[in-house]
Amino acid sequence: MAVKTFPKIDVYAGAPEKKYTLFMLMLGFIALMVGTLFGPLQAFNYGGLDLYPFLKPVFQSYYQGLTIHGVLNAIIFTQLFGQAIMVYLPAKELGLRPNMTLAWVSFWMALIGLLIAALPLLGNAASVLYTFYPPLKAHWAFYVGAALFVLSSYVSIYLVLEMWSRWKRANPGKITPLATYMSVTFWLMWFLASLGLVVEALFLIAWSLGLVAGVDPLLMRTLFWYTGHPIVYFWLLPAYTLAYVTLPKLAGGKLVSDPLSRLVFLLFLLFSVPVGFHHQFADPGIAPYWKMIHTILTMMVAVPSLITAFTIAASLEVAGRANGGKGLLGWIGALPWNNPTVLAFLLGFLAFIPGGAGGIVNASFNLNQNIHNTVWIPGHFHLQVGTLVTMAAMGTAFWLIPHLTGKPLVARGMALASQWLWFLGMFIMTFSLHWMGFLYAVPRRSHIAGSPIAMEAYRESSAWMVLNIVSGVILLIAAILFFYVIYATALQSRRDPERVMSEVPFSEVISKPEGSSLALMTERVWFWFGIAVVLVVLAYGPVLFQMFTNMNPVPGQRLW
Amino acid sequence: MEQHEHVIERYERAWILFGLAMITVFIILIGYMMLTMGNTNPVSAARIDATKVRTEGDFANPRVEQVGNEYVAYVQAFSFGYLPMEMKFKAGQKVTFYITSPDVQHGFKVENTNINVQVIPGEVAKVSYTFKKPGEYNLICNEYCGIGHANMVSKIVVEP
Repeated sequence: MAVKTFPKIDVYAGAPEKKYTLFMLMLGFIALMVGTLFGPLQAFNYGGLDLYPFLKPVFQSYYQGLTIHGVLNAIIFTQLFGQAIMVYLPAKELGLRPNMTLAWVSFWMALIGLLIAALPLLGNAASVLYTFYPPLKAHWAFYVGAALFVLSSYVSIYLVLEMWSRWKRANPGKITPLATYMSVTFWLMWFLASLGLVVEALFLIAWSLGLVAGVDPLLMRTLFWYTGHPIVYFWLLPAYTLAYVTLPKLAGGKLVSDPLSRLVFLLFLLFSVPVGFHHQFADPGIAPYWKMIHTILTMMVAVPSLITAFTIAASLEVAGRANGGKGLLGWIGALPWNNPTVLAFLLGFLAFIPGGAGGIVNASFNLNQNIHNTVWIPGHFHLQVGTLVTMAAMGTAFWLIPHLTGKPLVARGMALASQWLWFLGMFIMTFSLHWMGFLYAVPRRSHIAGSPIAMEAYRESSAWMVLNIVSGVILLIAAILFFYVIYATALQSRRDPERVMSEVPFSEVISKPEGSSLALMTERVWFWFGIAVVLVVLAYGPVLFQMFTNMNPVPGQRLW
Repeated sequence: MEQHEHVIERYERAWILFGLAMITVFIILIGYMMLTMGNTNPVSAARIDATKVRTEGDFANPRVEQVGNEYVAYVQAFSFGYLPMEMKFKAGQKVTFYITSPDVQHGFKVENTNINVQVIPGEVAKVSYTFKKPGEYNLICNEYCGIGHANMVSKIVVEP
């Protein structure tokens, strides 16, 4: 075979941050791939088809697989993607290099933490699901590994704040560039948000090592959900950032408003954290009026996504019209649907509309009692994180891997097909999960296909179950196509030196930040961070104080 | 493109105001429903020593008691079932459930009702409900509690 040889170049000599970003990204996609393998099996389970007996020699139960699915997809993949995007974008935008030593420290912390936690997961010693509610008690290595993994993100916080302050010193009085502003507010929000989980981890590690005999399950839940809600914004905001700062350009248009985009991220900084009781509406031990306060604050955190819906849609409309689209809906057809990145975002945001509507239902206190812990909930969040966030990452990989490595995208048609199929599979699955949860109270996290009692109890939903099997097959094909495309791209030997030099596709903006009073107001980041802290203290302080001073520890159990 | 900028921003302001108005309506509706339609949000009745649930106090003797025109039920949600095994009520009479767990967290979800309780060891959850329609209701554990979780389904019988 005739091979065209390119001059051997060290792609990363001039841009070591590219190598760091590639490693973070690819480690994330490996986690996504392994975690996703269990997805179709779970869809089959909710279709009454039990394939787990065949996994027996390697994987012991549905719940072990489900734990791996949740941990690898929702925690490992999402965090690594955030650490790749939200460090790389500001570095490129500011033209600064992050502290590379620390960047690699964060990568190794993540990798080592992941491996430590993986051992008990694979050994069936931590089948506690990704919420790991006590008194279910996992092996200590699970908590220690997970803690190290999450702490790796603290290094990323430092990397971005340090680059930001370097830029500020060199550019006094200037408004922070948009992607950097988004990163800074994003990482500050995450710092504030992660504290609950960090404190919980201290308890759990001490408990799993046998230093304390028990932990208080209610306090642990409360600390968990202090982080557990904002963690979903931690997953979501890298996708939003990419949608704001790259999607308009990729679609052939411009971002309509820079100041409003800043407002969106500021609102997430303020309202992401003090809302966690909406995961505890069904908990005794938290007074209803506190739940009502968190209901109202949760409704507030829907606002930045409503603004995003408008800004992104308007930017896409500008793009469609610039591409020659006419009429009320003609601009939609004029968007570059044959660009796999744009396609992924368009379909992801489409899924986000019913996803967001379901989220507002979940937030509505008494409505939550209809659907809490039913399969409605995984139906909802597979539209959010399983569709929008994941598709934003998959779509971004289609330009980012070539941009980082200089290796051109292979099998573009398969890339497009993978996105259509992923969207279709998720849409069918979430549709049926919503109905099964709402109409028939089918519980989430349940190996129903392995239980004749359960199949008898939920037999009325069997028509909907068929859809889950269909969706499982479609999603399996979508996943195979997607992972083939990215690994074939990343592992090929072809390298195009031109591509390595290409710029990040940052969008131009129509309404600029200069002279905008809104942009000036949002620029006072530390002031707003202080307000965010005050909001958290007000929304959580009294309840947590009471829980900490009245602990009721319970011994651990291993029931799998 | 640039000349549309002000039009877009005006529409966007209207959209944000519309969103805020909808949210306000939702919040008012939630408050109104909670006050008028019967509040089934579980509250904490007491704290308890989870290791003694099976041996001491009301939950060691799980039962349904009739008190005048009402029922009181002391329920143990354990891995992997509910005690008492059989719960029977009359339609139209108020039932107050007291629920706790001797081991791990469980769910207490009664199909076709708003009863949906997170059962937390150490906590006694209290929730009241009046069953209006006679029939059999599935009582479902909807919190992962270990390998037998999917089998943790029971029945509540409501007689006419």
